[in-house]
Amino acid sequence: MANDEKNNGELIQIAKGGDVCPSKKGKLDLNAVRAEIDKAATTGPEYWRSLEELAGNPEFQAALKREFPKGASEWVDTVSRRGFLKVMGASLGLAGMTGCVKLPNEVIVPYVRQPENVIPGRAMYYATAHTLNGYANPILVESHLGRPTKVEGNDKHYASLGGTDIFAQASILTMYDPDRSQSVVSLGDQRSYAAFLSAIRGPLSAQKALQGAGIRILTTTISSPTLADQIRNLLKVYPQAKWHVYEPVNRDNVLEGAKMAFGQPVETRYDFSKADVVVSLDADFLYAGWPGNVRYIRDFALRRDPDIGQMNRLYAIESTPSATGAKADHRLPVPASKIQSIAAELANASGGNSQTGEEGKFVASAARDLQQHRGSSIVIVGEHQPPAVHALAHTLNASLGNIGKTVFYTDPVDANPVNQIESLKELVNDIQGGKVDLLIILGGNPAYDAPADLHFADTLKNGKAQLRVHYGLYEDETSELCQWHVNATHELESWGDARAFDGTVSIIQPLIAPLYNAKSPVEFVAMLSGQGDATGYELVRAYWQKQHVGADFEQFWRKSLHDGWIDGTTFQPKALSAKAATTPSDLKPADANAMELNIRRDPTVWDGQFSNNGWLQELPKPMSKLTWDNAVQVGPKMAGRLHLASKDVVELELNGKKIQGAVWIQAGHPDNSITVTLGYGRKRAGRVGTGQGYDAYQLRTSTAPWIASGVQIRKTGEIYELASTQGMQSMDTPDGEHRPLVRETSLDDYKKEPGFAKEEEVPQGLTLYPRYEYEKEQYAWGMAIDLNRCTGCNNCILACQSENNIAVVGKEQTLLGRHMHWLRVDAYYQGDRDNPKAFFQPVPCMHCENAPCEVVCPVGATSHSSEGLNDMIYNRCVGTRYCSNNCPYKVRRFNFLLFQDWDTAQLKMMRNPDVSVRSRGVMEKCTYCVQRINEHRIDAETASVREGKEIAIGDELQTACAQSCPAEAIIFGNINNPNSKVSQWKAKARNYSLLGELNTRPRTTYLAEVRNPNPELES
Amino acid sequence: MPEQYKSTTEIQRTPVIAPGHTFGTVTEKISAIVLTRPASNGWFIGFGICFMLTMMMLFAIGYLFVKGIGIWGVTIPIGWGFAIVNFVWWIGIGHAGTLISAILLLLRQSWRNSINRFAEAMTLFAVAAAGIFPAIHVGRPWLAYWLFPYPNTMRVWPQFRSPLMWDVFAVSTYATISALFWFAGLIPDFATLRDRSEKRWVKMVYGMLSFGWRGSARHWHRYETMYLLLAGLATPLVLSVHTVVSFDFAIGIVPGWHTTIFPPYFVAGAIYSGFAMVLMLAIPIRKIYGLEDFITLRHLQNSAKVMLATGLIVAYGYGIEAFMGWYSGDRYDAFTLWNRLHGPYAPWYLSLLACNIFIPQVLWIRRLRTSPLALFFISGVILIGMWLERFIIVVVSLSRDFLNSSWGMYYPTRWDWMTYIGTIGMFLAAMFLFLRFLPAISIFEMRTLLPEAEVKE
Repeated sequence: MANDEKNNGELIQIAKGGDVCPSKKGKLDLNAVRAEIDKAATTGPEYWRSLEELAGNPEFQAALKREFPKGASEWVDTVSRRGFLKVMGASLGLAGMTGCVKLPNEVIVPYVRQPENVIPGRAMYYATAHTLNGYANPILVESHLGRPTKVEGNDKHYASLGGTDIFAQASILTMYDPDRSQSVVSLGDQRSYAAFLSAIRGPLSAQKALQGAGIRILTTTISSPTLADQIRNLLKVYPQAKWHVYEPVNRDNVLEGAKMAFGQPVETRYDFSKADVVVSLDADFLYAGWPGNVRYIRDFALRRDPDIGQMNRLYAIESTPSATGAKADHRLPVPASKIQSIAAELANASGGNSQTGEEGKFVASAARDLQQHRGSSIVIVGEHQPPAVHALAHTLNASLGNIGKTVFYTDPVDANPVNQIESLKELVNDIQGGKVDLLIILGGNPAYDAPADLHFADTLKNGKAQLRVHYGLYEDETSELCQWHVNATHELESWGDARAFDGTVSIIQPLIAPLYNAKSPVEFVAMLSGQGDATGYELVRAYWQKQHVGADFEQFWRKSLHDGWIDGTTFQPKALSAKAATTPSDLKPADANAMELNIRRDPTVWDGQFSNNGWLQELPKPMSKLTWDNAVQVGPKMAGRLHLASKDVVELELNGKKIQGAVWIQAGHPDNSITVTLGYGRKRAGRVGTGQGYDAYQLRTSTAPWIASGVQIRKTGEIYELASTQGMQSMDTPDGEHRPLVRETSLDDYKKEPGFAKEEEVPQGLTLYPRYEYEKEQYAWGMAIDLNRCTGCNNCILACQSENNIAVVGKEQTLLGRHMHWLRVDAYYQGDRDNPKAFFQPVPCMHCENAPCEVVCPVGATSHSSEGLNDMIYNRCVGTRYCSNNCPYKVRRFNFLLFQDWDTAQLKMMRNPDVSVRSRGVMEKCTYCVQRINEHRIDAETASVREGKEIAIGDELQTACAQSCPAEAIIFGNINNPNSKVSQWKAKARNYSLLGELNTRPRTTYLAEVRNPNPELES
Repeated sequence: MPEQYKSTTEIQRTPVIAPGHTFGTVTEKISAIVLTRPASNGWFIGFGICFMLTMMMLFAIGYLFVKGIGIWGVTIPIGWGFAIVNFVWWIGIGHAGTLISAILLLLRQSWRNSINRFAEAMTLFAVAAAGIFPAIHVGRPWLAYWLFPYPNTMRVWPQFRSPLMWDVFAVSTYATISALFWFAGLIPDFATLRDRSEKRWVKMVYGMLSFGWRGSARHWHRYETMYLLLAGLATPLVLSVHTVVSFDFAIGIVPGWHTTIFPPYFVAGAIYSGFAMVLMLAIPIRKIYGLEDFITLRHLQNSAKVMLATGLIVAYGYGIEAFMGWYSGDRYDAFTLWNRLHGPYAPWYLSLLACNIFIPQVLWIRRLRTSPLALFFISGVILIGMWLERFIIVVVSLSRDFLNSSWGMYYPTRWDWMTYIGTIGMFLAAMFLFLRFLPAISIFEMRTLLPEAEVKE
């Protein structure tokens, strides 16, 4: 027996060169293994890590599937849910289960010749793009010695001007996500890419004879010229093959509406900088995900400044409270199905017809305002509104003379602008009809997110599509139903290109070599067309070489890469005339009694593709401040009628389908209408996203993807905890008093009394200690936040999280109130709960000159710098939490547990090397990005020495929040310099200190909100 | 005749020591508890339970060290929870011992002689229980020693403007003086025990503890001087320790904390709860060990009177807090008052008012004041009330402060409860040991109360 064991051990030693632990449990029977190996020689994996794998040992397979040793994946206690961060590291080390691998002896050679521009400690920035729904968001990525660490907006690009959105910011975490699929997988086995190639070679050549009649390619929305060109070329090789497009959050209605109005699918582009009056028909154009939102926010915010030019006026008619509605001067909450008739009324009223009732008055005033601003107004419609509303808006914009002034039409950015739901329906029919032999799903997760009535997952399961290949970032619900899963590269690891909302092409360039030996989309499609060896770089470059006329290609290429866009690719506005306003025939008044169900994209996890991104999961949703879950949103009036309270679990039933979710009473939500958001209830998303929330796709059908009528709601009596990060969403305290946290007035009153927000200054001599004379320092750092510009997009929160290595804590800890965001955006509702005014207030550390936190720290772990920073000395902090108790703004965050992941290799690479990673038991908070200040200080001092004259840090120094803010609502700088932008802002009449009466003398101040209501509607 | 039916004048006249005792009987009666009386089953069961609770506390603290402070219910905005509540509560309880032994000694209140020993022991154990919390409640307890000003290679001193820093001095001084005072008081009694014990090793132990006490006149002279000096040192501590503890809050700007009434109000509250604890301990002890002759109804009644007086000071404190909430016109202070009465913690605040103000008013009734059973229960109510008071001050004030967006709720976890109940177990376990191994009543001081002790010139 001992002998046997020894023999086995030796065999393994020989077979694997001694890198397998012979102590593995479960002895191998030598002969049985030989037999298995012989059998496996033909079918087994090409590369294997142990004999058990080669032999297809079921225990090993089970272990592979489990990824973790027994017990590890069954952690359900509260700490381990948060602890996903901690076990992440295990995935690399344990995936192979070999355990005792000897580390190779490697000789590490330092640079013989220093690469150009690479200076350790200095970040480099590369221009690339992040895409969502095909639309490119031009970004600059900060790279530290080859590791991308932070996404910033491309300040030279028309679509960004320096701002970003939350999805671009969070993309860096997705790239480093250790749950991404790390190899080709076939039926649960890890396989090599070569094995996949050999597996697909046969079916492809078989299809050649059939002209590809059995090939179907299902992609997500693609705007990439290279990729679209490749797919079209592939379709030339296989002329009978079909290209289908589906994405759950698609723009079908927009395209159909354009077809109704113009007979062709066109993209609509707006210029908010020239719009004096904007009427939004359920359009959330000031929030991430709306094509061009980054630019629109900037243009819109500029027109919200009461001190510069004429302020614009926004009317929002909306079915679900949104960030856009919160910024509106007038907001009308109505069920989504009513918006069609309101749009028609608006068109009629513009023709002079008068209306009655509150709604009629609203519409009439808006219409009059539009008429008074012909050529400088915009009517904009949400993508979930039916095509007829879009068509009406086009006619309305045309009749108002806005086209060519504030509204422009261009070619669609989508390279294949088909009706995506129809396209998917056709694919399902083809599969059902047995016409599909080879289905290639290029990105996307249709098994999870296809309309429920198409039964896409069942269609895949029935096996009629013989060979199914899924290509994507994650092994997900769809890859589970495909024989092959090919792991994709992240956009930050691959070459590609994409169009921004204005059509401008950005080259997507990799910031790092693929972490997991994955293929980029262009490489994958090239492989399908037989160019298996072509690299992404060659393919993209080759495509643009073809497009480029002239001999200076190299210069053109370098410039395009450097700038982040390709000159001359912007779509030019088309001269189109909208067809005459036809009131659509399908306009039928909504059944007043039927309850409406609004299905919306989720503000943070979108359609579910960001489910496994902890930053986005923990990012508070702009209006409810909920994290980690989607809720069933109902209005206060309806909740009162149905006796619903927040956190009550309800069952929603629509056409026989049922889902259960927790209620969230959302102020400003219209009556008799429910909003649910997509993207949750994932069954296979990864350690972060799986099982969070409920799956609203169950109720989504191809006929009513966004707005459905006749939903039943029933209380189940259960309670489900929802983690909201905000304690109370009103500035009125329950004792009936009002706290002037956000100060607001109307434009007219502001003109009469510009200093309305100012309070009596607290005299400076109130303290026993002598005041520090900050005026004598070269720098005194300060910040001003313009509440009028802020659109509550949350981008600052993620920018801060990325810049400052802020930990994700998980739902349980968020429920307890232990989220770690250094910067939060408070949302307050005032007035009638069914149609309140909403306000956003970003709250970072105030860096008080008389900081209450500093005096109470017993060890001096938080103290003031000579430049007015309230510094936090992590090493010195013992964690009494006294500073947080004494902070009136509650901006301090404490590491109650070990929130940071100290183990996972990928996350180590992601971190900003300039910022300490905090450990358990330490207080942390906003530092005004002190690492950036010091970087600029070093630069300024070296420049001073070099130039031989004093060079000071100017306005180019920006904190992460200020830099990424698309609205330019946050300004940071030196308040000792009267010419700095922050000094100019602080000198404005509407500048005020939050809780200034406490004599904290905060360095962060706010510019009070000024709204521009229509006097007609004010009375 | 059972005590409760004795006429009041009779109680008034009750001496602090029952008649008929001599030096010998006093010594015999007290030392017998330690030396000859066998430990009862009840003692073993009681001590066993308390010992188990102590172990539970150590387990809870061990887990805390492994996991971090996050196992408790503390969060942002409520950064302090049970740990600080319990700390203040225990420190307050300790105050009665010091008051009895030091201030009453200086005021020549000789009735104190029969209760000062175990009141001092109670102080010591309460301070020990209290001392656990500040050390373990910090995020990195292994660095808690940084709060002490010691010369170090980092060349960093603590931040002397922080009330927590002052706490370190106040509490450590208090613990030191209390321990010294208590031990010094024990020295003549150790000698008595040494002389009366029969086993050799017991003699040796008490002999060492008695520091060679022979009872010579010189010994007594020096002893009295030292004892008075220590009493003089301890006296200001009765006022200063809880004053400094109250600064933890009064210095803060949190509405509900930032008020100048706190120092006197905290000191009164401390003595209030301290006497309640003295009674809760004295009543069962005198019953079980048959010490009714030494701890008489007069002691109980005097303690009840002190509670009544300090309770009224505490009530005045509440009144002033409420008045200032309204009178200051400060919207945050006004809301704090409203929130205590109507907010989510209103039941706790109303219970606090009942426990600390309304129920103790029955002490005006002499019959209840002289009923050990009634006093026992009222003392329990006061102890709960004083714990609630600290809970209201610490937690409720923090839960809703300046920015509505940052309001929160505090939910203590099982670890919070285990630690708290564990400290009660530890405190009682120490009391059990004390009763068994040391004279619970000062023998030599009791002897001075006897008529024989009166020196006739």
